[in-house]
Amino acid sequence: MYNFEFQKPDTISDAVAALGAEDAQALGGGQTLLPTMKQRLASPKVLVSLKGIAELQGLCMGDDGSMCIGGATNHATVAVEATSYPALAATAAHIGDPAVRNRGTIGGSLANNDPSACYPAAALASGATIVSNSREILADDFFQGMFTTALEEGEIITEVRFPIPEKANYQKFLQPASRFALVGVFVAKFADGVRVAITGASNDGVFRWGEAEETLSTNFSPDALQGLSLSDSDMIADLHGTAAYRAHLCSVMTKRAVMAAN
Amino acid sequence: MPKDGGIGASSKRREDVRFLTGVGNYTDDINAHGQAHVFFLRSDVAHGKLNAVDTTTAAAMPGVVQIFTGADFEAVGGMPCGWQVTGKNGEVMQEPKHPVLASEKVRHVGEPIAAVVADTLEQARDAAEAILLDITELPAVIDMKAAVVANAPKVHDDLANNLCYDWGFVEENKAATDKAFLDAAHVTSLELVNNRLVANPMEPRVALGEYSQGTDEHTLYTTSQNPHVIRLLMGAFVLGIPEHKLRVVSPDVGGGFGTKIFHYQEEAFCTFAAKACKRPVKWTSSRTEAFMSDAHGRDHVTKIELALDADNNFTALRTDTYANMGAYLSTFAPSVPTWLHGTLMAGNYKTPLIYVNVKAVFTNTVPVDAYRGAGRPEATFQLERVVDKAARELGVDPIALRRQNFITEFPYATPVAVEYDTGDYHATMDKLEEMGDFSGFEARRKASEASGKLRGLGVNCYIEACGIAPSNLVGQLGARAGLYESATVRVNATGGLVVMTGSHSHGQGHETAFAQVVAEMIGIDESMIEIVHGDTAKVPMGMGTYGSRSIAVGGSAMVRATEKIINKAKKIASHLLEASESDIELKDGAFSVAGTDKSVAWGDVTLAAYVPHNYPLEEIEPGLEETAFYDPSNFTYPAGAYCCEVEVDPETGKVSIERFAAADDFGNIINPMIVTGQVHGGLAQGIGQALLENCAYDENGQLLSASYMDYAMPRADDLPMFSVDHSCQTPCTHNPLGVKGCGEAGAIGSPPAVVNAVVDALRSAGKDVTHIDMPLSPDRVWAAMQ
Ligand SMILES: Cc1cc2nc3c(=O)[nH]c(=O)nc-3n(C[C@H](O)[C@H](O)[C@H](O)COP(=O)(O)OP(=O)(O)OC[C@H]3O[C@@H](n4cnc5c(N)ncnc54)[C@H](O)[C@@H]3O)c2cc1C
Repeated sequence: MYNFEFQKPDTISDAVAALGAEDAQALGGGQTLLPTMKQRLASPKVLVSLKGIAELQGLCMGDDGSMCIGGATNHATVAVEATSYPALAATAAHIGDPAVRNRGTIGGSLANNDPSACYPAAALASGATIVSNSREILADDFFQGMFTTALEEGEIITEVRFPIPEKANYQKFLQPASRFALVGVFVAKFADGVRVAITGASNDGVFRWGEAEETLSTNFSPDALQGLSLSDSDMIADLHGTAAYRAHLCSVMTKRAVMAAN
Repeated sequence: MPKDGGIGASSKRREDVRFLTGVGNYTDDINAHGQAHVFFLRSDVAHGKLNAVDTTTAAAMPGVVQIFTGADFEAVGGMPCGWQVTGKNGEVMQEPKHPVLASEKVRHVGEPIAAVVADTLEQARDAAEAILLDITELPAVIDMKAAVVANAPKVHDDLANNLCYDWGFVEENKAATDKAFLDAAHVTSLELVNNRLVANPMEPRVALGEYSQGTDEHTLYTTSQNPHVIRLLMGAFVLGIPEHKLRVVSPDVGGGFGTKIFHYQEEAFCTFAAKACKRPVKWTSSRTEAFMSDAHGRDHVTKIELALDADNNFTALRTDTYANMGAYLSTFAPSVPTWLHGTLMAGNYKTPLIYVNVKAVFTNTVPVDAYRGAGRPEATFQLERVVDKAARELGVDPIALRRQNFITEFPYATPVAVEYDTGDYHATMDKLEEMGDFSGFEARRKASEASGKLRGLGVNCYIEACGIAPSNLVGQLGARAGLYESATVRVNATGGLVVMTGSHSHGQGHETAFAQVVAEMIGIDESMIEIVHGDTAKVPMGMGTYGSRSIAVGGSAMVRATEKIINKAKKIASHLLEASESDIELKDGAFSVAGTDKSVAWGDVTLAAYVPHNYPLEEIEPGLEETAFYDPSNFTYPAGAYCCEVEVDPETGKVSIERFAAADDFGNIINPMIVTGQVHGGLAQGIGQALLENCAYDENGQLLSASYMDYAMPRADDLPMFSVDHSCQTPCTHNPLGVKGCGEAGAIGSPPAVVNAVVDALRSAGKDVTHIDMPLSPDRVWAAMQ
């Protein structure tokens, strides 16, 4: 790890100001950033911890009935407190291990947009709104390919608003070593249609499976998915699975998510 | 009634108190006054010509003490290899130079090129980044079969080719074996890979070198399974330090699994640099470095063929194996695919003719050496897979086929040069059938089917050779070391004992089990006995712990030394009791005169030995301390039968282990609880190999599984509750305790059971799958079903 300066502001505006410094970077739970720094693959000059900002912590219900989660809320808190959105609570409960869940934050996970992370699928399938210190970004616009998001330099995720679906479920097929998602499928059924978001599979990061959404919107049952499949041309191929295997798992996990949601 | 102490008691592991409360003393806990830290700059290419290493800028960076490169070690010996294998036609293996720091070429990702010693580790890393390397990349040699074709790029330019040796065993059997195949009623053949593994002990390797200018003495603290062996190898072959000027200490060691047997460059470096820098020098491996520098395990590619007659008797076995050595010969690497593998190919069966061919190959990968089981898992896996395949091809019950071919008479001389002293393979199989509840399997299979899963049952046997080894025998086979063990028993005046053993405990529980043996022999409480190991300044000599040898060889040395103590103590007692020595009996810690009520306590005798006022000084010396060296007359042969039941999710290929039972014959048992724990750990590692672990390189020699993000270790929830039994006991006939050793069995016996079970499950669904290479990860199982 290289030397860096550490700041722990207690307001969003102080954090934004601190992030204006050269090579400054936000620190959420540090579950991704710190290992990267220890390996000397990242070298921010200033680390601005968001953990001291009270406004970024915790869950509440919005006026429109959506679930609002502070940007620096850790996974363990969501797992316990997101009772009005059980599928989201269950997703959080299966991220990493207890140590990771007690440090890692929703803002950090979304900002990082790891192609195998769980929250991006939940946010995209739920049609969440990612709120930053300066604007509101729809999930559909937020995720822009592996490790890439709509966030600008120094922009902080302050809150994530999840519309609560009628039915939802996340199916995560574990990559055997990391236990991130080899393929993870989040299915959410709203009054006006079904959204299906898939993580772990694509070289372009989290994506929506339009064809499955259409079919499921008319018939929300596993049988409706019969014969539907994804092309493996853009799928990730690595030590843990070929592109064809991942494409296959997308179908299986989607079917299982629908089954479990019903 | 379970005993509450001594041999056979499940005494709680006394060492666990310090391990579990965080007060152990591991090498990294040791810090020397004024110590500097070393960071190794390692190659990030697999194969390249090292044109220049420019340290000018780096040397001027803050905190840098000194930077070393290959040039600094030119006058120093290379890393030695402890075993010389002789090939088929009498040719001696090719043995490349193995420098402490790379010179001329780099030969694997992770090979140390330069070492920066600085006040702090971060300063050393900073400076290492400023070192300029000029490397011309060369084509990497990765695939073993491609490595041995004519004109393949050479890992070592000064060797004839990449073939370390071509070993045939037993060469005299070859013609007869080939003929038996021509005459066979049925031949089953199978090509398979025994996957490369990384041992991953919880504690990474650490070395701390110290040098005393005043006395010219060197001390190395290191995470080793055999400190005396390191002292000899490093002192005599690398650095030229006589043993009386070199102390090697291996304090608490957090797991070894074989990978901490070997002498590594970092140890030699820290010892060397401490003198050169006039400061203690410390290195603690990061996990990333461990993946790239700890010796790897397994990595065989094998074709095995089994010949049977019309009555399904095994008539011959023939194997053809490529064994990866990696870029250099690690300390015992040549012995693993040969003498620890070929000699076990008979397994539990009376196959009369066996011929084993092994080609050991150099590649641009991390050196490969012994890993829990070392050679025996490779032998067991291929044999038990081919027997299973034969049973399926012939349409006979796999257990019946095995039973029909079991060796039943002992001693049994195999056609592969070893003699099994004792065993009862039907007994462990009977036990297994009971534990595995095979009669209930079909019902369980139906239940699994009802929930959309395929269920399979896999069974196998294993035999291994432990208690390594008779020195004169291994000397003939190419070992450059003896394989005895030593023990010194020092009795103190007040009756307590210190046993200094050359065995080394790195998790096995020796401090408990060894004390139980001595407590039983003398009849005193275990708490009066201290077991000391891991320090060449305290223990006279030792060959260390590997090959499940500790209790069989180290324990036997301790028994012999304790017998000498008892004999001398009896002499003292006979003097005190004014009785004839032959009438003295030792029981429950007291010496008595047979047939009388005259007795004297253990403590009175030990006190007399050190306060010899009333003492037979004209006959014996004062004091009570004895040393014994024990050299075994044969290996020991633990054996057993294992079964595994799996469920396979046909949609995803995911395998889950539902039941696992192990029936082992370890001979006599000192501490059943510790033995059970050893089996559990071995099973976890074997199942890890079968389902999860895969050390993979790409074609350029980059390590694809260089962290836990990609190298899958078994976790508790990957494993079922194990059913473990070791009540079948045929005591070893040639060591005083009748013990065989239990440390590796689980890792040896379990992989074939898992694979046999998965193949069985797939076939139950009508899939014509005869084999899947390990690890049986979901994608591989799914692909096999397509
Ligand atoms: C062992 C292990 C297992 C894991 N398993 C899983 C898993 O199964 N599934 C899964 O989804 N994840 C998993 N993770 C990732 C983990 O859940 C974290 O969510 C993730 O590491 C990022 O969150 P963080 O708060 O730790 O962010 P940090 O590491 O602190 O930061 C990550 C990035 O986000 C930026 N950032 C942080 N907070 C904000 C913010 N509020 N606004 C804008 N930018 C921000 C940082 O600057 C940095 O670039 C695992 C991690 C580990 C170490």
